[in-house]
Amino acid sequence: MSTNDTKNPPAFSAMEASKFFFRAGHTGWLGLKFSDQGDNWVELKLSWREELMGEPDRAVLASGPIISLMDMASGMAIWQTKKTFAPVATLDLRVDYQRPARERSAVWGRVECYRTTRAAAFVRGIAHDGDINDPVAHIAGVFMTIAGDPRQGAIPQTKDNASEAGIGDA
Amino acid sequence: MPETESRLILPPYARALGIELFEIKDGVPILTVAFGPSVEGRPQHYHGGATAGLLENAGYAALRARLIIEEREVQLKPINITVQYLSAGKSRPSFAKGRITRLGRRNANISVEAWQDDRDRPIATAIMNILMA
Repeated sequence: MSTNDTKNPPAFSAMEASKFFFRAGHTGWLGLKFSDQGDNWVELKLSWREELMGEPDRAVLASGPIISLMDMASGMAIWQTKKTFAPVATLDLRVDYQRPARERSAVWGRVECYRTTRAAAFVRGIAHDGDINDPVAHIAGVFMTIAGDPRQGAIPQTKDNASEAGIGDA
Repeated sequence: MPETESRLILPPYARALGIELFEIKDGVPILTVAFGPSVEGRPQHYHGGATAGLLENAGYAALRARLIIEEREVQLKPINITVQYLSAGKSRPSFAKGRITRLGRRNANISVEAWQDDRDRPIATAIMNILMA
């Protein structure tokens, strides 16, 4: 199956796209992995590793990689909702940290796209370390769609553009 | 400000991403990151998450530098951050500098700007609340 057929691309699936998205670039460096998906939401996993610590003396993930996790899950939740890959730019992303993640724990980011308009997509999500009812952080964001982008519908598959969302250019 | 410089230690995540101290100007640290695979989103552009990481670390660095001067030893905990993306981060170095809007006893309000070639044209801004425990 070719997911790069721009004339008749299959519906976007975060699970399928994850095979290409996290090979390189920032999200590849972070080591993001697909976790779960629904009609309008996506959950990704950020594994623990020492390099991603926020403080030298505490084995807890820094808050920065959690922003990246949620930004990427946001973009993918938007494509999951629209059922197509269409480049988006992060306009505004807010993260409220409820508590630090547990020591040496992975963090999962589940983001739901609750509304899309012609120009914008609205997301909200939760970062957790195993129990979604005991969140590490809540996020809310607004993304803009980029009209007329030639990559509409085609999921990038080459190594060079494996990492895509959260491009942050409106 | 040599003392501040030697005591201002960037966290492991910042160093792993490639963030470095560029200079300390009027007591405020300016951080920089070179463009490379660890920060790349779509080809030849910064990933929004990497830009956020630079902004957040610059916010923390501004606060840590002030706390060193005031000789306050506290643990910093993030409360929240809101990032606004203004224009695409291109394939060249980025810089960021935080400003402490208000330094209270328990909470600091910080605003941060990130830029590339032109200091007056920020590519992203952030506002942060940091708890000091």
